[in-house]
Amino acid sequence: MSNELIQTNTAKLTAAFATALVVAETQIHDDLAYNSIKEWDSTAHMLLIAELENVFNLMLDTDDIIDMSSVAKAKAILGKYGVAF
Amino acid sequence: MSEQAPVSLITGASRGIGRAAALALAKAGHELILVARDTQALEQVQTDCQALGALVSVHALDLTERDAVTALFRQLQPQLQHKALSNLVHCAGQMQDALLAMTRFTDLDKLLALNVGATVQLCQLASKLMLRHKAGHLVLLSSKVAESGSAGQAVYAASKGAVSALVKSLAKELGPSGIRVNAVAPGFIETDLTAHYSNDKKQQLMQNISLRRLGQANEVASVIEFLCSDKARYITGHILAVDGGFSL
Repeated sequence: MSNELIQTNTAKLTAAFATALVVAETQIHDDLAYNSIKEWDSTAHMLLIAELENVFNLMLDTDDIIDMSSVAKAKAILGKYGVAF
Repeated sequence: MSEQAPVSLITGASRGIGRAAALALAKAGHELILVARDTQALEQVQTDCQALGALVSVHALDLTERDAVTALFRQLQPQLQHKALSNLVHCAGQMQDALLAMTRFTDLDKLLALNVGATVQLCQLASKLMLRHKAGHLVLLSSKVAESGSAGQAVYAASKGAVSALVKSLAKELGPSGIRVNAVAPGFIETDLTAHYSNDKKQQLMQNISLRRLGQANEVASVIEFLCSDKARYITGHILAVDGGFSL
């Protein structure tokens, strides 16, 4: 997997989180967790899922939606769908 | 067909209220994604809708097969990447006449799988597509009997009661994301589902209907068309009776 592709995917993921949670991209880091900031509530979580599915053109399983509890976890889950970070 | 045509996915589109909804929305300028089990009947509806100028795709599948429903949405996802899914019109359903003591649990499981399980799955998958655009509309089919009950249809009525509760809950849950959720609650509509009723039974039912006649599928479809239109943009969480006064 090329570094360029990984960087592109990381940028897309960061932008998707920032768009869905309506926060600055600088706030998006691996440790950021669900419900740890007021912007990442249950409603925003569903918007985040829709944004990630759209950006990476995939459909997440329900178990993965439930398990997506942090940015790091999102990267690991998306990895199962062939998105490299 | 305009680039801006609303896209509506209709289940149970091969006959009855689903077919009538497809024709009504085709006439109203919607692009249609039609779903039903019967390929031949579905293709006929496709032809009829195309004759009205609609862009139509058809997908034959059994909605109780969860993997097949997921596969349909996986297939639709890339097609809908640059345009929004405007409406899910979920008309597929099953009616079951059986007294409580004569209700087989295998029949109950089948009925709940379609009338409730498939409905939840469709709402889940369609709303995820709609969330991308923070707009969309889910229209479900409840029934007059969900509110009033019906002797000999307890399980069917319970399944439609579940649909009504789902509508109200999802309207609250999805409203902040711009998604409306409504249902129509037909009374006695002359479709394949009610074709087995005898004339005597129909006459007896008509005496309880304020308008003293049975309903037609296109009369339900025109209400669905209204709910799917911009004219209904401030309506959500509503169960709209289309029953000629049967529920009065």
